[in-house]
Amino acid sequence: MADKKTPQLDELQNGKWPSFVTEIKKAAVKNEASKELLHLLERSYEEKRGHWKHGGIVGVKGYGGGVIGRYSDLPEEYPHLQAFHTVRINAPSGWFYSTDSLRKICDIWERRGSGLMNLHGATGDAILLGTTTDQLQPIFDELSEEGFDLGGSGSDLRSPSCCVGPARCEHACYDTLEACYNITNTFQDELHRPMWPYKSKIKFSGCANDCTASIARSDCAVIGTWRDSLIIDPEEVKNYAASGMNIQHVCEGCPTEALKYNAETQELSVIADECSRCMHCINRMPKAITPGNDRGATILIGGKSTIVQSAFMGWVIVPFMKMEAESDYEEFKDIITRIWEWWDENGKTRERIGETIYRLGMSKFLTEVGLPAVPQMVYRPRANPYVFWPEDEIKK
Amino acid sequence: MAELVVNGVSYELDEDGFLEDASVWNEDVAKALAPHEDVEELTEEHWKMINYLRDYYAQYGVAPMVRKLLKDTGYTQKTIYELFPTGPGKGACKVAGLPKPTGCV
Ligand code: HEM
Ligand code: HEM
Ligand code: SF4
Ligand code: SF4
Repeated sequence: MADKKTPQLDELQNGKWPSFVTEIKKAAVKNEASKELLHLLERSYEEKRGHWKHGGIVGVKGYGGGVIGRYSDLPEEYPHLQAFHTVRINAPSGWFYSTDSLRKICDIWERRGSGLMNLHGATGDAILLGTTTDQLQPIFDELSEEGFDLGGSGSDLRSPSCCVGPARCEHACYDTLEACYNITNTFQDELHRPMWPYKSKIKFSGCANDCTASIARSDCAVIGTWRDSLIIDPEEVKNYAASGMNIQHVCEGCPTEALKYNAETQELSVIADECSRCMHCINRMPKAITPGNDRGATILIGGKSTIVQSAFMGWVIVPFMKMEAESDYEEFKDIITRIWEWWDENGKTRERIGETIYRLGMSKFLTEVGLPAVPQMVYRPRANPYVFWPEDEIKK
Repeated sequence: MAELVVNGVSYELDEDGFLEDASVWNEDVAKALAPHEDVEELTEEHWKMINYLRDYYAQYGVAPMVRKLLKDTGYTQKTIYELFPTGPGKGACKVAGLPKPTGCV
Protein backbone atom coordinates (compact mmCIF):
# COMPACT_ATOMS: atom_id res chain seq x y z
CA MET A 1 0.00 0.00 0.00
CA ALA A 2 1.26 3.46 -0.89
CA ASP A 3 2.27 5.62 2.06
CA LYS A 4 -0.59 7.89 3.01
CA LYS A 5 -0.59 10.80 5.35
CA THR A 6 -2.01 10.57 8.87
CA PRO A 7 -2.32 14.22 9.98
CA GLN A 8 -4.81 13.61 12.79
CA LEU A 9 -2.90 10.72 14.30
CA ASP A 10 0.35 12.70 13.98
CA GLU A 11 -1.15 15.25 16.36
CA LEU A 12 -1.24 12.53 18.97
CA GLN A 13 2.53 12.19 18.86
CA ASN A 14 2.78 15.60 20.53
CA GLY A 15 2.60 16.11 24.27
CA LYS A 16 4.15 14.35 27.22
CA TRP A 17 2.23 11.11 27.48
CA PRO A 18 3.68 8.10 25.64
CA SER A 19 2.01 8.06 22.22
CA PHE A 20 0.27 4.95 20.94
CA VAL A 21 0.67 6.41 17.45
CA THR A 22 4.44 6.32 17.83
CA GLU A 23 4.17 2.68 18.89
CA ILE A 24 2.00 1.69 15.93
CA LYS A 25 4.38 3.53 13.60
CA LYS A 26 7.27 1.49 15.00
CA ALA A 27 5.37 -1.71 14.31
CA ALA A 28 4.35 -0.42 10.86
CA VAL A 29 7.99 -0.36 9.76
CA LYS A 30 8.08 -4.14 10.06
CA ASN A 31 4.51 -5.12 9.36
CA GLU A 32 2.01 -4.32 6.60
CA ALA A 33 -1.08 -4.94 8.76
CA SER A 34 0.14 -2.41 11.35
CA LYS A 35 0.78 0.07 8.58
CA GLU A 36 -2.70 -0.35 7.20
CA LEU A 37 -4.11 -0.15 10.70
CA LEU A 38 -2.62 3.32 11.03
CA HIS A 39 -4.33 4.42 7.82
CA LEU A 40 -7.63 2.80 8.65
CA LEU A 41 -7.56 4.49 12.06
CA GLU A 42 -6.87 7.87 10.46
CA ARG A 43 -9.84 7.25 8.23
CA SER A 44 -12.01 6.40 11.25
CA TYR A 45 -10.90 9.66 12.86
CA GLU A 46 -11.99 11.53 9.75
CA GLU A 47 -15.31 9.78 9.36
CA LYS A 48 -15.90 9.40 13.11
CA ARG A 49 -16.92 5.75 12.77
CA GLY A 50 -15.37 2.31 13.19
CA HIS A 51 -14.50 0.12 10.25
CA TRP A 52 -14.78 -3.33 11.74
CA LYS A 53 -17.54 -5.72 10.83
CA HIS A 54 -19.94 -7.19 13.31
CA GLY A 55 -18.72 -10.25 15.21
CA GLY A 56 -16.44 -13.03 14.00
CA ILE A 57 -16.17 -16.66 15.11
CA VAL A 58 -12.68 -18.14 15.00
CA GLY A 59 -10.67 -20.20 17.44
CA VAL A 60 -8.32 -23.10 18.03
CA LYS A 61 -9.01 -26.79 18.20
CA GLY A 62 -10.42 -28.06 21.48
CA TYR A 63 -11.34 -24.61 22.82
CA GLY A 64 -14.55 -22.63 22.45
CA GLY A 65 -13.02 -19.31 23.48
CA GLY A 66 -9.78 -17.32 23.66
CA VAL A 67 -9.74 -15.67 20.24
CA ILE A 68 -11.79 -12.65 19.17
CA GLY A 69 -12.43 -12.70 15.39
CA ARG A 70 -12.41 -9.35 13.59
CA TYR A 71 -12.78 -8.38 9.92
CA SER A 72 -12.42 -4.97 8.34
CA ASP A 73 -15.42 -3.72 6.38
CA LEU A 74 -13.04 -2.34 3.73
CA PRO A 75 -11.07 -5.48 2.77
CA GLU A 76 -10.36 -4.32 -0.81
CA GLU A 77 -8.73 -1.11 0.34
CA TYR A 78 -6.99 -2.63 3.37
CA PRO A 79 -6.16 -6.20 2.29
CA HIS A 80 -3.93 -6.91 5.30
CA LEU A 81 -6.79 -6.05 7.63
CA GLN A 82 -9.29 -8.34 5.98
CA ALA A 83 -8.85 -10.51 9.07
CA PHE A 84 -7.37 -8.92 12.20
CA HIS A 85 -8.08 -11.32 15.06
CA THR A 86 -7.16 -10.82 18.71
CA VAL A 87 -5.57 -13.59 20.76
CA ARG A 88 -5.92 -13.55 24.55
CA ILE A 89 -3.05 -15.08 26.52
CA ASN A 90 -3.70 -15.90 30.15
CA ALA A 91 -1.17 -13.67 31.94
CA PRO A 92 0.89 -14.73 34.98
CA SER A 93 -0.56 -13.81 38.40
CA GLY A 94 0.04 -10.13 39.13
CA TRP A 95 1.63 -9.63 35.69
CA PHE A 96 5.08 -10.68 36.88
CA TYR A 97 7.23 -11.63 33.87
CA SER A 98 10.81 -12.51 33.19
CA THR A 99 12.25 -10.77 30.12
CA ASP A 100 12.87 -14.26 28.79
CA SER A 101 9.17 -15.14 28.71
CA LEU A 102 8.22 -11.77 27.19
CA ARG A 103 10.83 -12.25 24.47
CA LYS A 104 9.32 -15.61 23.62
CA ILE A 105 5.85 -14.11 23.21
CA CYS A 106 7.26 -11.26 21.11
CA ASP A 107 9.20 -13.64 18.85
CA ILE A 108 6.11 -15.70 18.10
CA TRP A 109 3.99 -12.61 17.62
CA GLU A 110 6.40 -10.81 15.29
CA ARG A 111 6.51 -13.85 13.03
CA ARG A 112 2.81 -14.66 13.05
CA GLY A 113 0.97 -11.44 13.85
CA SER A 114 0.97 -7.66 13.58
CA GLY A 115 3.53 -7.15 16.33
CA LEU A 116 1.01 -4.98 18.21
CA MET A 117 0.00 -5.92 21.74
CA ASN A 118 -2.11 -4.65 24.57
CA LEU A 119 -0.41 -5.13 27.93
CA HIS A 120 -2.92 -5.86 29.30
CA GLY A 121 -6.59 -6.26 28.45
CA ALA A 122 -8.92 -4.99 31.17
CA THR A 123 -9.66 -8.53 32.37
CA GLY A 124 -5.93 -9.14 32.69
CA ASP A 125 -4.96 -11.15 29.60
CA ALA A 126 -1.89 -10.34 27.54
CA ILE A 127 -3.48 -9.35 24.25
CA LEU A 128 -2.02 -10.04 20.82
CA LEU A 129 -3.69 -7.60 18.45
CA GLY A 130 -4.21 -8.63 14.87
CA THR A 131 -3.54 -11.83 12.96
CA THR A 132 -5.14 -14.01 10.29
CA THR A 133 -7.21 -17.16 10.71
CA ASP A 134 -4.55 -19.56 9.34
CA GLN A 135 -2.05 -18.31 11.96
CA LEU A 136 -4.25 -19.02 14.99
CA GLN A 137 -3.49 -22.71 15.45
CA PRO A 138 0.29 -22.30 14.88
CA ILE A 139 0.35 -19.35 17.34
CA PHE A 140 -1.48 -21.43 19.91
CA ASP A 141 0.81 -24.43 19.38
CA GLU A 142 3.94 -22.33 19.73
CA LEU A 143 2.63 -20.50 22.80
CA SER A 144 1.80 -23.86 24.38
CA GLU A 145 5.36 -25.02 23.69
CA GLU A 146 6.57 -22.05 25.73
CA GLY A 147 4.18 -22.79 28.58
CA PHE A 148 1.50 -20.21 27.83
CA ASP A 149 -2.20 -20.90 27.39
CA LEU A 150 -5.08 -18.88 26.01
CA GLY A 151 -7.34 -16.80 28.24
CA GLY A 152 -11.13 -16.82 28.29
CA SER A 153 -13.77 -15.28 26.05
CA GLY A 154 -17.46 -15.87 25.40
CA SER A 155 -19.87 -17.42 27.89
CA ASP A 156 -17.15 -19.00 30.00
CA LEU A 157 -15.01 -18.32 33.05
CA ARG A 158 -12.89 -15.38 31.92
CA SER A 159 -9.25 -15.25 32.93
CA PRO A 160 -9.13 -14.58 36.68
CA SER A 161 -6.76 -11.81 37.78
CA CYS A 162 -5.27 -10.51 41.01
CA CYS A 163 -3.42 -7.62 42.62
CA VAL A 164 0.36 -7.86 43.26
CA GLY A 165 -0.56 -9.05 46.74
CA PRO A 166 2.13 -10.40 49.06
CA ALA A 167 4.75 -10.26 46.30
CA ARG A 168 5.13 -6.55 46.95
CA CYS A 169 2.42 -5.30 49.25
CA GLU A 170 2.39 -5.38 53.06
CA HIS A 171 -1.41 -5.03 53.15
CA ALA A 172 -2.13 -8.38 51.51
CA CYS A 173 -4.40 -10.53 53.72
CA TYR A 174 -3.95 -13.68 51.64
CA ASP A 175 -1.75 -14.88 48.81
CA THR A 176 -3.67 -13.41 45.86
CA LEU A 177 -1.11 -14.68 43.33
CA GLU A 178 -1.27 -18.26 44.54
CA ALA A 179 -5.06 -18.23 44.85
CA CYS A 180 -5.48 -16.80 41.35
CA TYR A 181 -3.08 -19.35 39.86
CA ASN A 182 -4.46 -22.33 41.74
CA ILE A 183 -8.10 -21.51 41.04
CA THR A 184 -7.42 -20.71 37.36
CA ASN A 185 -5.84 -24.16 37.00
CA THR A 186 -8.72 -25.91 38.72
CA PHE A 187 -11.26 -24.38 36.37
CA GLN A 188 -9.41 -24.74 33.05
CA ASP A 189 -12.34 -26.56 31.51
CA GLU A 190 -14.81 -23.85 32.51
CA LEU A 191 -12.39 -21.29 31.08
CA HIS A 192 -11.72 -22.88 27.70
CA ARG A 193 -15.10 -24.37 26.91
CA PRO A 194 -17.97 -21.88 27.26
CA MET A 195 -20.97 -23.62 28.81
CA TRP A 196 -22.82 -21.01 30.83
CA PRO A 197 -25.63 -18.52 30.20
CA TYR A 198 -23.04 -15.76 29.95
CA LYS A 199 -19.55 -14.68 30.98
CA SER A 200 -18.31 -15.01 34.55
CA LYS A 201 -15.30 -13.28 36.11
CA ILE A 202 -13.30 -13.73 39.32
CA LYS A 203 -10.86 -11.17 40.68
CA PHE A 204 -8.63 -11.39 43.72
CA SER A 205 -7.66 -8.35 45.80
CA GLY A 206 -5.48 -8.71 48.86
CA CYS A 207 -7.32 -6.08 50.90
CA ALA A 208 -10.21 -3.61 50.80
CA ASN A 209 -8.15 -1.12 48.77
CA ASP A 210 -9.18 -3.46 45.97
CA CYS A 211 -6.42 -2.67 43.49
CA THR A 212 -7.99 -4.97 40.86
CA ALA A 213 -11.32 -3.11 41.18
CA SER A 214 -12.83 -6.55 41.75
CA ILE A 215 -16.00 -5.17 43.33
CA ALA A 216 -16.92 -3.40 40.11
CA ARG A 217 -15.47 -5.65 37.43
CA SER A 218 -15.97 -9.23 38.49
CA ASP A 219 -18.99 -11.45 39.08
CA CYS A 220 -17.13 -12.86 42.05
CA ALA A 221 -14.80 -10.60 44.03
CA VAL A 222 -12.46 -12.11 46.62
CA ILE A 223 -11.31 -9.26 48.84
CA GLY A 224 -8.79 -9.78 51.62
CA THR A 225 -9.70 -8.92 55.22
CA TRP A 226 -9.12 -10.00 58.82
CA ARG A 227 -11.44 -10.83 61.68
CA ASP A 228 -9.41 -10.15 64.81
CA SER A 229 -8.14 -6.67 65.68
CA LEU A 230 -5.83 -4.66 63.47
CA ILE A 231 -2.36 -4.35 65.02
CA ILE A 232 -0.93 -1.08 66.28
CA ASP A 233 2.77 -0.57 66.92
CA PRO A 234 2.95 2.14 69.66
CA GLU A 235 6.57 3.08 68.89
CA GLU A 236 5.77 3.72 65.24
CA VAL A 237 2.74 5.81 66.26
CA LYS A 238 5.10 8.03 68.25
CA ASN A 239 7.41 8.26 65.23
CA TYR A 240 4.52 9.43 63.06
CA ALA A 241 3.58 11.96 65.72
CA ALA A 242 7.17 13.17 65.87
CA SER A 243 7.24 13.55 62.10
CA GLY A 244 4.38 16.03 62.44
CA MET A 245 1.51 13.84 61.28
CA ASN A 246 -1.92 14.92 62.48
CA ILE A 247 -3.05 11.60 63.95
CA GLN A 248 -6.27 13.08 65.25
CA HIS A 249 -7.09 13.80 61.64
CA VAL A 250 -6.53 10.14 60.72
CA CYS A 251 -9.01 9.17 63.45
CA GLU A 252 -11.57 11.61 62.09
CA GLY A 253 -11.44 9.71 58.81
CA CYS A 254 -12.46 6.44 60.47
CA PRO A 255 -15.99 5.73 59.17
CA THR A 256 -17.07 3.90 62.33
CA GLU A 257 -15.26 6.07 64.89
CA ALA A 258 -13.41 2.96 66.02
CA LEU A 259 -10.01 4.60 66.14
CA LYS A 260 -9.07 6.76 69.13
CA TYR A 261 -5.99 8.86 69.73
CA ASN A 262 -4.82 10.35 72.98
CA ALA A 263 -2.61 13.25 71.97
CA GLU A 264 -1.13 13.64 75.45
CA THR A 265 0.08 10.08 75.84
CA GLN A 266 0.46 9.65 72.06
CA GLU A 267 -1.49 6.41 72.34
CA LEU A 268 -3.55 5.10 69.49
CA SER A 269 -6.20 2.45 70.14
CA VAL A 270 -8.95 0.70 68.26
CA ILE A 271 -12.31 -0.81 69.22
CA ALA A 272 -11.86 -3.97 67.18
CA ASP A 273 -15.54 -4.89 67.13
CA GLU A 274 -16.44 -1.59 65.53
CA CYS A 275 -13.68 -1.40 62.92
CA SER A 276 -15.10 -2.09 59.46
CA ARG A 277 -11.63 -2.81 58.02
CA CYS A 278 -11.86 0.03 55.56
CA MET A 279 -8.03 0.35 55.33
CA HIS A 280 -8.05 4.14 55.82
CA CYS A 281 -5.88 4.26 58.95
CA ILE A 282 -3.57 1.53 57.62
CA ASN A 283 -3.09 3.43 54.38
CA ARG A 284 -2.26 6.61 56.28
CA MET A 285 0.09 4.97 58.80
CA PRO A 286 1.41 1.80 57.14
CA LYS A 287 4.42 1.56 59.44
CA ALA A 288 2.31 1.75 62.60
CA ILE A 289 -0.87 -0.14 61.69
CA THR A 290 -1.23 -3.52 60.00
CA PRO A 291 -4.12 -5.90 59.30
CA GLY A 292 -4.79 -8.43 62.06
CA ASN A 293 -3.38 -11.95 62.26
CA ASP A 294 -6.55 -13.94 61.55
CA ARG A 295 -6.73 -13.23 57.85
CA GLY A 296 -8.94 -14.35 55.00
CA ALA A 297 -11.29 -12.80 52.49
CA THR A 298 -14.80 -11.50 52.00
CA ILE A 299 -16.60 -12.98 48.99
CA LEU A 300 -18.86 -10.71 46.96
CA ILE A 301 -21.12 -11.57 44.07
CA GLY A 302 -22.77 -9.84 41.16
CA GLY A 303 -20.44 -7.06 39.93
CA LYS A 304 -21.10 -6.20 36.28
CA SER A 305 -21.41 -3.44 33.71
CA THR A 306 -24.59 -1.72 32.56
CA ILE A 307 -26.20 -4.14 30.12
CA VAL A 308 -29.05 -5.24 30.61
CA GLN A 309 -30.24 -4.62 34.16
CA SER A 310 -27.96 -1.58 35.05
CA ALA A 311 -24.48 -1.61 36.49
CA PHE A 312 -24.01 -3.57 39.73
CA MET A 313 -21.22 -3.59 42.25
CA GLY A 314 -20.61 -6.88 43.97
CA TRP A 315 -22.35 -7.45 47.32
CA VAL A 316 -21.37 -9.66 50.24
CA ILE A 317 -22.32 -13.33 50.23
CA VAL A 318 -19.62 -14.65 52.57
CA PRO A 319 -18.37 -12.12 55.17
CA PHE A 320 -15.26 -14.11 55.99
CA MET A 321 -13.56 -17.13 54.46
CA LYS A 322 -10.06 -18.49 54.99
CA MET A 323 -8.03 -18.39 51.80
CA GLU A 324 -5.09 -20.72 52.35
CA ALA A 325 -3.04 -22.70 49.85
CA GLU A 326 -2.77 -25.56 52.38
CA SER A 327 -6.49 -26.25 52.07
CA ASP A 328 -6.23 -25.95 48.26
CA TYR A 329 -8.95 -23.24 48.48
CA GLU A 330 -11.45 -26.06 48.90
CA GLU A 331 -14.15 -23.95 50.53
CA PHE A 332 -14.01 -21.29 47.85
CA LYS A 333 -14.02 -23.81 45.01
CA ASP A 334 -16.90 -25.64 46.58
CA ILE A 335 -19.03 -22.52 46.88
CA ILE A 336 -18.21 -21.08 43.48
CA THR A 337 -19.02 -24.44 41.86
CA ARG A 338 -22.42 -24.51 43.55
CA ILE A 339 -23.05 -20.90 42.50
CA TRP A 340 -22.21 -21.61 38.85
CA GLU A 341 -24.36 -24.73 38.93
CA TRP A 342 -27.33 -22.75 40.28
CA TRP A 343 -26.84 -19.95 37.76
CA ASP A 344 -26.46 -22.41 34.87
CA GLU A 345 -29.72 -24.08 35.93
CA ASN A 346 -31.66 -20.84 36.48
CA GLY A 347 -30.02 -18.17 34.34
CA LYS A 348 -31.52 -17.02 31.08
CA THR A 349 -29.43 -16.65 27.93
CA ARG A 350 -27.06 -13.68 28.38
CA GLU A 351 -28.02 -13.12 31.99
CA ARG A 352 -25.16 -12.36 34.38
CA ILE A 353 -25.24 -14.04 37.78
CA GLY A 354 -26.03 -10.69 39.45
CA GLU A 355 -29.12 -10.30 37.29
CA THR A 356 -30.27 -13.86 37.92
CA ILE A 357 -30.08 -13.22 41.67
CA TYR A 358 -31.82 -9.87 41.23
CA ARG A 359 -34.62 -11.54 39.29
CA LEU A 360 -35.10 -14.57 41.53
CA GLY A 361 -34.13 -13.01 44.85
CA MET A 362 -31.33 -13.38 47.36
CA SER A 363 -33.33 -15.68 49.59
CA LYS A 364 -33.86 -18.22 46.82
CA PHE A 365 -30.21 -17.90 45.77
CA LEU A 366 -28.87 -18.32 49.31
CA THR A 367 -31.18 -21.20 50.15
CA GLU A 368 -30.39 -23.10 46.98
CA VAL A 369 -26.59 -22.67 47.05
CA GLY A 370 -26.57 -23.38 50.78
CA LEU A 371 -25.34 -20.12 52.27
CA PRO A 372 -26.76 -18.68 55.50
CA ALA A 373 -28.39 -15.25 55.38
CA VAL A 374 -26.47 -12.84 57.62
CA PRO A 375 -26.81 -9.11 58.38
CA GLN A 376 -23.51 -8.28 56.63
CA MET A 377 -25.20 -8.99 53.31
CA VAL A 378 -27.39 -5.89 53.40
CA TYR A 379 -26.77 -2.19 53.78
CA ARG A 380 -30.13 -1.86 55.50
CA PRO A 381 -33.24 -4.03 55.81
CA ARG A 382 -35.98 -3.74 53.20
CA ALA A 383 -38.30 -0.75 53.50
CA ASN A 384 -41.38 -2.39 52.00
CA PRO A 385 -43.50 -5.13 53.61
CA TYR A 386 -43.95 -7.38 50.56
CA VAL A 387 -42.34 -10.37 52.21
CA PHE A 388 -42.76 -13.85 50.85
CA TRP A 389 -43.04 -16.74 53.28
CA PRO A 390 -42.32 -20.30 52.30
CA GLU A 391 -45.49 -22.37 52.75
CA ASP A 392 -43.92 -24.69 55.34
CA GLU A 393 -42.82 -21.81 57.59
CA ILE A 394 -46.36 -20.61 58.22
CA LYS A 395 -48.24 -21.89 61.28
CA LYS A 396 -51.78 -22.51 60.22
CA MET B 1 -16.07 -14.08 -0.33
CA ALA B 2 -15.35 -17.80 -0.04
CA GLU B 3 -17.63 -20.34 -1.62
CA LEU B 4 -18.36 -23.99 -1.17
CA VAL B 5 -19.18 -26.15 -4.17
CA VAL B 6 -21.33 -29.20 -3.50
CA ASN B 7 -22.77 -31.37 -6.27
CA GLY B 8 -22.04 -28.64 -8.78
CA VAL B 9 -23.96 -26.03 -6.74
CA SER B 10 -22.06 -23.11 -5.27
CA TYR B 11 -22.84 -21.85 -1.74
CA GLU B 12 -21.61 -18.53 -0.38
CA LEU B 13 -19.72 -18.57 2.93
CA ASP B 14 -18.86 -15.63 5.15
CA GLU B 15 -15.30 -14.99 6.43
CA ASP B 16 -15.75 -17.50 9.22
CA GLY B 17 -17.02 -20.19 6.88
CA PHE B 18 -20.67 -19.94 7.99
CA LEU B 19 -23.33 -20.16 5.27
CA GLU B 20 -24.33 -16.66 4.18
CA ASP B 21 -27.87 -17.94 3.69
CA ALA B 22 -28.68 -20.58 6.28
CA SER B 23 -31.85 -21.61 4.45
CA VAL B 24 -29.88 -23.29 1.62
CA TRP B 25 -28.44 -25.90 3.99
CA ASN B 26 -28.79 -29.60 3.14
CA GLU B 27 -27.11 -32.79 4.29
CA ASP B 28 -24.50 -32.74 1.55
CA VAL B 29 -23.60 -29.19 2.51
CA ALA B 30 -23.12 -30.40 6.12
CA LYS B 31 -20.80 -33.15 4.88
CA ALA B 32 -18.79 -30.61 2.91
CA LEU B 33 -18.56 -28.17 5.86
CA ALA B 34 -17.48 -30.84 8.37
CA PRO B 35 -13.80 -31.17 7.28
CA HIS B 36 -13.35 -27.41 7.81
CA GLU B 37 -14.15 -28.02 11.49
CA ASP B 38 -11.78 -30.95 11.94
CA VAL B 39 -14.56 -33.50 11.58
CA GLU B 40 -13.41 -36.20 9.16
CA GLU B 41 -16.67 -38.02 8.82
CA LEU B 42 -20.17 -37.32 10.08
CA THR B 43 -21.16 -40.32 12.18
CA GLU B 44 -24.55 -41.14 13.62
CA GLU B 45 -23.58 -39.27 16.80
CA HIS B 46 -22.74 -36.16 14.78
CA TRP B 47 -26.10 -36.35 13.03
CA LYS B 48 -27.94 -36.68 16.32
CA MET B 49 -26.40 -33.38 17.39
CA ILE B 50 -26.95 -31.69 14.02
CA ASN B 51 -30.60 -32.74 13.86
CA TYR B 52 -31.16 -31.65 17.43
CA LEU B 53 -29.69 -28.20 16.74
CA ARG B 54 -31.76 -27.82 13.59
CA ASP B 55 -35.00 -28.88 15.27
CA TYR B 56 -34.39 -26.55 18.19
CA TYR B 57 -33.62 -23.66 15.89
CA ALA B 58 -36.67 -24.34 13.75
CA GLN B 59 -38.85 -24.31 16.84
CA TYR B 60 -37.40 -21.42 18.85
CA GLY B 61 -35.48 -19.30 16.36
CA VAL B 62 -32.30 -19.36 18.47
CA ALA B 63 -29.53 -21.86 19.15
CA PRO B 64 -30.00 -23.75 22.46
CA MET B 65 -27.92 -22.85 25.51
CA VAL B 66 -25.12 -25.33 26.12
CA ARG B 67 -26.78 -26.68 29.26
CA LYS B 68 -30.03 -27.29 27.40
CA LEU B 69 -28.12 -29.01 24.63
CA LEU B 70 -26.36 -31.33 27.08
CA LYS B 71 -29.60 -32.22 28.84
CA ASP B 72 -31.53 -32.90 25.65
CA THR B 73 -28.84 -34.86 23.80
CA GLY B 74 -27.40 -36.62 26.85
CA TYR B 75 -23.90 -35.69 25.67
CA THR B 76 -21.28 -34.28 28.01
CA GLN B 77 -19.27 -31.16 27.25
CA LYS B 78 -16.31 -33.49 26.64
CA THR B 79 -18.21 -35.60 24.11
CA ILE B 80 -19.22 -32.51 22.21
CA TYR B 81 -15.62 -31.39 21.82
CA GLU B 82 -14.67 -34.93 20.80
CA LEU B 83 -17.32 -34.84 18.10
CA PHE B 84 -16.73 -31.21 17.14
CA PRO B 85 -13.19 -30.18 18.19
CA THR B 86 -13.87 -26.51 17.47
CA GLY B 87 -16.76 -26.52 19.93
CA PRO B 88 -20.57 -26.37 19.89
CA GLY B 89 -20.74 -22.80 18.52
CA LYS B 90 -18.06 -22.63 15.86
CA GLY B 91 -18.14 -26.34 15.00
CA ALA B 92 -21.56 -27.89 15.49
CA CYS B 93 -23.70 -24.83 14.69
CA LYS B 94 -21.70 -24.16 11.54
CA VAL B 95 -22.06 -27.71 10.22
CA ALA B 96 -25.74 -27.73 11.19
CA GLY B 97 -26.29 -24.57 9.15
CA LEU B 98 -27.36 -22.31 12.03
CA PRO B 99 -26.60 -18.58 11.91
CA LYS B 100 -23.30 -17.43 13.37
CA PRO B 101 -23.24 -16.97 17.17
CA THR B 102 -23.05 -13.30 18.11
CA GLY B 103 -22.34 -11.21 21.17
CA CYS B 104 -19.32 -10.81 23.41
CA VAL B 105 -17.49 -13.93 22.18
C1 HEM C 1 -63.94 8.54 56.96
C2 HEM C 1 -63.10 8.08 56.08
C3 HEM C 1 -62.16 6.97 56.32
C4 HEM C 1 -61.95 6.18 57.39
C5 HEM C 1 -62.69 6.16 58.74
C6 HEM C 1 -60.88 5.30 57.07
C7 HEM C 1 -60.37 4.34 57.92
C8 HEM C 1 -59.35 3.50 57.61
C9 HEM C 1 -58.83 2.51 58.46
C10 HEM C 1 -59.31 2.20 59.87
C11 HEM C 1 -57.81 1.90 57.80
C12 HEM C 1 -56.98 0.76 58.30
C13 HEM C 1 -55.71 1.25 58.92
C14 HEM C 1 -54.84 0.13 59.43
O1 HEM C 1 -55.11 -1.07 59.15
O2 HEM C 1 -53.81 0.43 60.06
C15 HEM C 1 -57.72 2.49 56.53
C16 HEM C 1 -56.77 2.13 55.62
C17 HEM C 1 -56.74 2.68 54.35
N1 HEM C 1 -57.52 3.68 53.89
FE1 HEM C 1 -58.97 4.65 54.84
N2 HEM C 1 -60.46 5.59 55.82
C18 HEM C 1 -61.22 6.60 55.34
C19 HEM C 1 -61.13 7.21 54.10
C20 HEM C 1 -60.26 6.78 53.12
C21 HEM C 1 -60.22 7.35 51.80
C22 HEM C 1 -61.08 8.49 51.29
C23 HEM C 1 -59.23 6.68 51.13
C24 HEM C 1 -58.71 6.82 49.73
C25 HEM C 1 -59.21 7.62 48.81
C26 HEM C 1 -58.68 5.71 52.05
C27 HEM C 1 -57.66 4.83 51.72
C28 HEM C 1 -57.15 3.92 52.59
C29 HEM C 1 -56.07 3.04 52.23
C30 HEM C 1 -55.33 2.98 50.89
C31 HEM C 1 -55.80 2.25 53.35
C32 HEM C 1 -54.80 1.16 53.49
C33 HEM C 1 -53.52 1.68 54.06
C34 HEM C 1 -52.51 0.55 54.27
O3 HEM C 1 -52.89 -0.62 54.16
O4 HEM C 1 -51.37 0.85 54.55
N3 HEM C 1 -59.34 5.81 53.25
N4 HEM C 1 -58.65 3.49 56.42
C1 HEM D 1 -52.42 1.73 40.13
C2 HEM D 1 -53.14 1.98 41.16
C3 HEM D 1 -53.06 1.24 42.46
C4 HEM D 1 -52.12 0.43 42.94
C5 HEM D 1 -50.81 -0.02 42.30
C6 HEM D 1 -52.54 0.03 44.25
C7 HEM D 1 -51.81 -0.84 45.06
C8 HEM D 1 -52.25 -1.24 46.27
C9 HEM D 1 -51.54 -2.14 47.12
C10 HEM D 1 -50.19 -2.77 46.79
C11 HEM D 1 -52.25 -2.30 48.24
C12 HEM D 1 -51.88 -3.12 49.42
C13 HEM D 1 -52.44 -4.49 49.28
C14 HEM D 1 -52.12 -5.32 50.49
O1 HEM D 1 -50.96 -5.29 50.97
O2 HEM D 1 -53.00 -6.02 50.97
C15 HEM D 1 -53.43 -1.53 48.10
C16 HEM D 1 -54.41 -1.47 49.05
C17 HEM D 1 -55.48 -0.63 48.94
N1 HEM D 1 -55.81 0.18 47.90
FE1 HEM D 1 -54.82 0.37 46.20
N2 HEM D 1 -53.71 0.60 44.51
C18 HEM D 1 -54.06 1.37 43.45
C19 HEM D 1 -55.20 2.15 43.30
C20 HEM D 1 -56.14 2.32 44.28
C21 HEM D 1 -57.32 3.19 44.20
C22 HEM D 1 -57.63 4.04 42.98
C23 HEM D 1 -57.97 3.06 45.36
C24 HEM D 1 -59.23 3.72 45.84
C25 HEM D 1 -59.95 4.58 45.17
C26 HEM D 1 -57.27 2.13 46.17
C27 HEM D 1 -57.62 1.75 47.42
C28 HEM D 1 -56.97 0.84 48.19
C29 HEM D 1 -57.44 0.44 49.50
C30 HEM D 1 -58.66 0.91 50.25
C31 HEM D 1 -56.49 -0.49 49.95
C32 HEM D 1 -56.54 -1.20 51.27
C33 HEM D 1 -57.15 -2.52 51.13
C34 HEM D 1 -57.01 -3.28 52.40
O3 HEM D 1 -56.24 -2.87 53.29
O4 HEM D 1 -57.65 -4.36 52.50
N3 HEM D 1 -56.16 1.69 45.51
N4 HEM D 1 -53.40 -0.89 46.91
S1 SF4 E 1 -5.52 -4.67 46.99
FE1 SF4 E 1 -4.54 -4.39 48.98
S2 SF4 E 1 -3.08 -6.10 49.05
FE2 SF4 E 1 -3.62 -5.86 46.90
S3 SF4 E 1 -2.04 -4.49 46.08
FE3 SF4 E 1 -3.82 -3.23 46.69
S4 SF4 E 1 -3.30 -2.53 48.75
FE4 SF4 E 1 -1.98 -4.28 48.33
S1 SF4 F 1 -9.50 0.24 59.24
FE1 SF4 F 1 -11.01 1.85 58.86
S2 SF4 F 1 -12.72 1.31 60.18
FE2 SF4 F 1 -10.95 0.18 60.95
S3 SF4 F 1 -10.07 1.52 62.53
FE3 SF4 F 1 -8.99 1.95 60.59
S4 SF4 F 1 -10.09 3.70 59.76
FE4 SF4 F 1 -11.45 2.78 61.30
